[in-house]
Amino acid sequence: MSERGGPREKVKEDDGTLGMKYIWLIPLFPLLGAAINGLVGIRSFSRRMAGYVACTTMIGALGLSLVAFWQLLGLPPEARAYDVVVAPWIPNIPLATRTGIGLFNVPWGFRLDPLSGLMILVVTGIGTLIHVYSTAYMADEPRGGVARFFCYLNLFCFFMLMLVLGSNFLVMFVGWEGVGLCSYLLIGYWYEKKSAADAGKKAFITNRIGDWGFILGVFLVYTTFGTFDFRRVQDAAAAMPIEAGHFGVLSAICLLLFIGATGKSAQIPLYVWLPDAMEGPTPVSALIHAATMVTAGVYMLGRNAVLFQQAPEVMTMVAIVGVLTALMAASIGLVQYDIKRVLAYSTVSQLGYMFTAIGVGAFSAGAFHLMTHAFFKALLFLGSGSVIHAMAGEQDMRRMGALKKYLPVTFATMMIGTLAIAGIPLLSGFFSKDEILFQAFLHNKAIWAIAVVTAFMTAFYMFRLMSMTFFGAYRGPSWETAGHAAVSVAALHGAPHPADPHAHGRAHRKEHEVTHGPAEPHDQPHGAHALAGTDQGVGVPGVKDDASSGHGHGAWHGPHESPPPMTFPLMALAVGAIVAGFVGVPAAIGGNNAIEHFLEPSFTATHVEGRAEPAAAEPAGEHEAPHASRQVELGLMLFSVLVAVGGIALAYRFYVTKPEISEQLAERWAGAHRLLLNKYYVDELYGATVIAPTFKSARGLWTVDRNLVDGAVNGTGKLTVVSSWFSGLTDRTIVDGFVNLVGWIVQESSHGFRRLQTGLVQNYALLMLFGIFAFVGIYLVMR
Amino acid sequence: MLLSAALFMIGVFGVMVRRNIIIIFMSIELILNAVNINLIAFSAQLQDAIGQVFAIFVIAVAAAEAAVGLGIILAFYRNKETVNIDEMNLMRW
Repeated sequence: MSERGGPREKVKEDDGTLGMKYIWLIPLFPLLGAAINGLVGIRSFSRRMAGYVACTTMIGALGLSLVAFWQLLGLPPEARAYDVVVAPWIPNIPLATRTGIGLFNVPWGFRLDPLSGLMILVVTGIGTLIHVYSTAYMADEPRGGVARFFCYLNLFCFFMLMLVLGSNFLVMFVGWEGVGLCSYLLIGYWYEKKSAADAGKKAFITNRIGDWGFILGVFLVYTTFGTFDFRRVQDAAAAMPIEAGHFGVLSAICLLLFIGATGKSAQIPLYVWLPDAMEGPTPVSALIHAATMVTAGVYMLGRNAVLFQQAPEVMTMVAIVGVLTALMAASIGLVQYDIKRVLAYSTVSQLGYMFTAIGVGAFSAGAFHLMTHAFFKALLFLGSGSVIHAMAGEQDMRRMGALKKYLPVTFATMMIGTLAIAGIPLLSGFFSKDEILFQAFLHNKAIWAIAVVTAFMTAFYMFRLMSMTFFGAYRGPSWETAGHAAVSVAALHGAPHPADPHAHGRAHRKEHEVTHGPAEPHDQPHGAHALAGTDQGVGVPGVKDDASSGHGHGAWHGPHESPPPMTFPLMALAVGAIVAGFVGVPAAIGGNNAIEHFLEPSFTATHVEGRAEPAAAEPAGEHEAPHASRQVELGLMLFSVLVAVGGIALAYRFYVTKPEISEQLAERWAGAHRLLLNKYYVDELYGATVIAPTFKSARGLWTVDRNLVDGAVNGTGKLTVVSSWFSGLTDRTIVDGFVNLVGWIVQESSHGFRRLQTGLVQNYALLMLFGIFAFVGIYLVMR
Repeated sequence: MLLSAALFMIGVFGVMVRRNIIIIFMSIELILNAVNINLIAFSAQLQDAIGQVFAIFVIAVAAAEAAVGLGIILAFYRNKETVNIDEMNLMRW
């Protein structure tokens, strides 16, 4: 921790901020837990032990985060940034940049500032609660599976903390990729199930497209600024002119980073993976795919707020993409029946809100909404997990209803979450959402209008979810008969069922839909059929539990409240969902919007480069805020509350008092309904435009490979064989032939010559005599 | 010179036609002696002592050759009980 940020750091140490020196320990705690569970736990830990290890490490990280955050709060606002360099990572490598040769050196640096402080609290706080929740939710899993689950979950927290604490782009990228990996591992946690494995792949590959943009952006950052450090990049960027009206290098960087963010945070056009990611266990959906990982994109944009403020064109793009995503996802959420899918689309929609906030320059509003959303969406997901748990794996809201009396705690907490997300006053979602709406109103009326429509839809679909789940008549299977019926059914179904007992209902329903065509719930006889089908579907896991895993429930005795480890996090999150908003009470109704002032330093360049520049780069809203009259803000608030209440009332009317209205509507607007039910056919569109051509081209390339490349190789091989055959032939006939010929000649001639050797001395002597005579004769003649 | 030539031819003839190895051996001695006479004759005619010295060498070598040859014949006779040259074909291929 030497060379960088020297003077500032010295000052800090004088202040005695001891705890902040150890922020690098925060990610290490979950890593330790992951290592223990992964290396030892999978083989030898009991379920309980694995859960304890994971929770303990998370509580440790939470404690350290609280201490560090507390000390951060104790500092004066301008000084709230603290760097720690743990170790060098990449040593000095000379590398060309745009302005000459820079030294490419990257340390394992961590930075604690208001934004990352907020994020570590969210990650460790919600992470801890979800770990506790998981100990109960995953209790039916096989022993090694639980340890594996907690190993991944801890590993995820490690990477997420790396992501938010990293002080330069590369450390952030390590976390960025790491959370993607953990997301993949956890979505595909029930890897025997094909849909889960496919969803994991889809998430990973879609994220890869975003990561491509991110890493390109990071490269461009380096060639432009010659450093990866966030603070230095921001200072350098703040000194550059604002790229209004033209598309310069800053805009390019921002656009590439934004592509990265759309992948991770599930925005158009890369949002398709998030709804499918619901194949993972529900705590995973809550932690990764609602509260933390998907907000990484928002965090990253916030982290680079200075860059984005210099590139207004891209900001506009971000706002448009954000608000369109919000609208689109909310409209899909209106008609989905899978409880988790509704929440997934709701998440996409809320992330769209955050991007809208960033796009209109309200970075702190985005981060604020990120925090409140983390609370109430984690709460809603955990609540839905509790419902699914109670219904023994059923996720279809058409087979729930009237669960209020069976699940009082879940109902109460989920109701708080729903009201929060809908934007009912005094709950957290109200403050953050209205902040965004207000900023959008100041920035662009069209964006505001779309956002308000989305808010209405949000209120509607969330209350639709609540109504279908907790109110009305009970539409689930009757459990008195389950015991007997299930035995025979289990015998019938016998061997092949997925490892996940919670998934049974789903699997069965899928099968059901296959046989009866796409879900058309308004067809009355079909509905009856569906009920009959479920009767069998749900009985199976109950019996399985009883027989094999010895799980306490025995046969399924109907919906039941979840055990305390599950309800406690629900209650804690409900409290969070209520109070989290009070840090950002807007000035218009007497608050001081503490969070905005708190986060402000993270979104502006440092004082070193001169205060004037970032101030000029502030979004218009900041300036207009004083004279954008308080009445306007109050009016907007009132309006959005009315909208939310309207949505709730409409949903209540449609799904509780007069359930037939929704069906009539769906029939009248059958085309639109089908469009929404099939999610605008985006998956099919991607399938047709990207995936099918990819497959086709892969097939084509394979053919080319087989015929051309393999052909060339095989041809060479064949040529060699033929030529070697010829050379063999030559060798055999000519070379060997010559040698054999010599041998043959010698052999043949020896027949004649051997006669000479009679062994008779006198013969030899006679020959010698002839020879002498011959020589003498020749001699005489020649002379 | 004529005497030596006659002696030489008699020796060669003896070597060629006789079957008894003793006789062949004796014929070889005749050839050697014919050579000696020739050497002496040339020595006398050319008034050069070298010829006589050479003749004495030849006699010495002949004595040694006779000793070796008789030894071979004796060993052969002990094995084959014969002195017929036609039986001596062990070196045939």
